[in-house]
Amino acid sequence: MAVKVLTPLATAIGKRTAAASISEFNNYPNGFDTHTMQTDTRPLSPHLQIYKPQWTSALSILHRITGLLLSAGMLVISAWLVSLASGPASFETIRSVLSHPVLIVVLIGWTLALFYHLLNGIRHLIWDAGMMMDIPSARRSAWVVVVLAFVFTAVVWGSLL
Amino acid sequence: MSQFRNPLQRAHHYGAAGSGVEHWWSQRFSAILLIPLVLWLVWAFTVLAGADHATATAWLAKPWNAGMAILFIVAAFYHGRLGVQVVIEDYIHHRLAEIGLQVLVSMIALAAGLASVLAILMIAFRG
Repeated sequence: MAVKVLTPLATAIGKRTAAASISEFNNYPNGFDTHTMQTDTRPLSPHLQIYKPQWTSALSILHRITGLLLSAGMLVISAWLVSLASGPASFETIRSVLSHPVLIVVLIGWTLALFYHLLNGIRHLIWDAGMMMDIPSARRSAWVVVVLAFVFTAVVWGSLL
Repeated sequence: MSQFRNPLQRAHHYGAAGSGVEHWWSQRFSAILLIPLVLWLVWAFTVLAGADHATATAWLAKPWNAGMAILFIVAAFYHGRLGVQVVIEDYIHHRLAEIGLQVLVSMIALAAGLASVLAILMIAFRG
């Protein structure tokens, strides 16, 4: 709304707006810090703990958690590539570390996180296009994403182990 | 009518339509790129699992595989950095710690991404 009004009038009221914002600036001696400045007229959405936990909200949080896990895993992929380029000796080291049973379990978990984030990411892209936004569709697609993530992980590791 | 905008935004005459949506679009574009690249990664993973040094090197040295690997690395570190950036913005409320973490994450993503690309190029050109 502000933009529509301001565009034709911008030059006319430019000076007045600038003067107003300077006097406003004086009310904030530490400057405009978006982290500490909170006027009581600005709306706040309720924080996480206000809402009842739901299947769909759990999946939304899981998208973030798996994203962080995948980012951490990228460092392992990076280490794997660097040791491959460094020669057979260093490659043997990382290969023996990664084939330890505990690390195999971690890798299976990482694969599950990868498929979950991939599938749920596609779900988010569909929402971004404005489709399947109603609650029944959101619940149904949540199930599809979770089931497929487990199925894909099982297929990949079934072929390896 | 009450003003919901931060005074600095009012002074600038812009809302989020200025540069605020750029991050959002970057995240979506890299996400779309990563759909085929992750499928390629899973395939690469099944080929390379348990492979010895000679086999893995020969496979990755093929131009098509080296190219896809570089694309995956660049897109994944870029997308990962954008995502971690938002998580830090959302949960770290101490301004100095937040900026410090943002710089640290950027440096790790750049360094690890660069090291990975150099490793792939070395393998590709040495054969």
